[in-house]
Amino acid sequence: MAAAHGIASGIGGIRSAGDLVGRMQVSRGMKTEAAKKYVADKLKISVADIADPVVMSEIREDLDLGRVNAVPGAAKGIDAKFRIADLLDIEINCVNKFKKRIQFEKRSKSNE
Amino acid sequence: MNDEILTRMGDGERISMSASEIKEELLVGTKEAATKGKVPELSSEDLDQIFEIISEKGRTVSVPPGEEIIVTDDGCAKIFSAGPADGGAVLPISRQNAVQAYERSFAADTLNFGHEDYSFKPVKAIIDCETQTYFTTSHVTTAPLFYGAQPNLGLYYRPDGAHDNPADLLPMGKIKEAKASQEAAAEQLKEDMVFVGRKLAEVGCEGLNFDTAASAGDADFYATLKAVEELKEKFPLMSIEVGMAAEFVLGMHGEITYEGKRLAGMYPHDQADAVASAGGDIFGPAVNVNTSKSFPWNIARAVTLVKHTSEVSEIPVHPNVGMGVCGVPMALETPIDCVTRATKALVLIGKADGL
Repeated sequence: MAAAHGIASGIGGIRSAGDLVGRMQVSRGMKTEAAKKYVADKLKISVADIADPVVMSEIREDLDLGRVNAVPGAAKGIDAKFRIADLLDIEINCVNKFKKRIQFEKRSKSNE
Repeated sequence: MNDEILTRMGDGERISMSASEIKEELLVGTKEAATKGKVPELSSEDLDQIFEIISEKGRTVSVPPGEEIIVTDDGCAKIFSAGPADGGAVLPISRQNAVQAYERSFAADTLNFGHEDYSFKPVKAIIDCETQTYFTTSHVTTAPLFYGAQPNLGLYYRPDGAHDNPADLLPMGKIKEAKASQEAAAEQLKEDMVFVGRKLAEVGCEGLNFDTAASAGDADFYATLKAVEELKEKFPLMSIEVGMAAEFVLGMHGEITYEGKRLAGMYPHDQADAVASAGGDIFGPAVNVNTSKSFPWNIARAVTLVKHTSEVSEIPVHPNVGMGVCGVPMALETPIDCVTRATKALVLIGKADGL
């Protein structure tokens, strides 16, 4: 049934920017209109492009944000979440935990 | 007859109605909701728009481009691997496989999974298994990942739990004892929900879904609100969604209050306010379906209550649109004609932020 709801009214998950708009509801409790505007501004696209899989697949490829297709070497999972947290200027709990586990800050500084 | 429009009853039975019959059902449905919930009726423009949605010729309908919303769920991915009690297909795949398939094949906006025995109490005993599964799944998925479970205060009463059952005490006139038992059980439930939430937050949980809250009445809802309060204070990065069991909170206790407001009898707009006050990030109202009434009657009723909730709620509103709630017929194999019409009406007229 969720598939029917998704097709009838969903943004389209990682085919488009559904997960990104969802992030703003999850992380900031934003209502849909504000969340869409926030994501569109960050991506430098119009709100109308948010649910367009053609526009968004190019953007997701360029920014390496994770896509539906299994493109070898492209980001997925925690790898993509790192980039999404930076792009949207939010904190994601599992990304923070992962950074702590691998001593991300310390390693980043030592590589500078 | 050419002017007959195909629709359904609340139990999914296929029926046809004339345009005037459908309009009458819509009007009666919104009046019923407005009276019960003490909220405004839908306007004539709103009712005309729902009529147009119901009478669209296509088997499925959808929102116009630009009007899309976020779909959250209560473990839909698990349907692939879950047992028949959850309407599952029992495919021989893990929950993690199911969630990944849901993200990549069904383009889900957010993800969710839970334990087969979908309540906090049984999860507590196997928390290490659940946190490990969450931990590994969160590393291989991109969309926001929720863990879901039901508060389910009923499990804390005899014969399943340690507390005297208010359903036994109340018929004996032991009202004081029934209230005391509910208060004690609610405290234990809250402790269990905080325990499970803390363990999940410690492995990086992005979102916790308190699903079917208040199923055992006002004490159940109170325990949920107190758990949300405590978890949000300790783990602000873990988002919390509270989805309700029914359209109003049953007064099994009757006198429990949260921030000075009595929980018993609360309708969705007041429930949303309580959830937001506790620190919840997303609220999921549930509007009961009457199986003896038509889909037009049920969807007008659901949209009336959801629209007012969306207007007054500080936090995003995601109506529950599973089997038997918010207009979706009470049938195991839900018909997509009504599912998509319920979706479209709730989004366009009910102004839902998600589903």
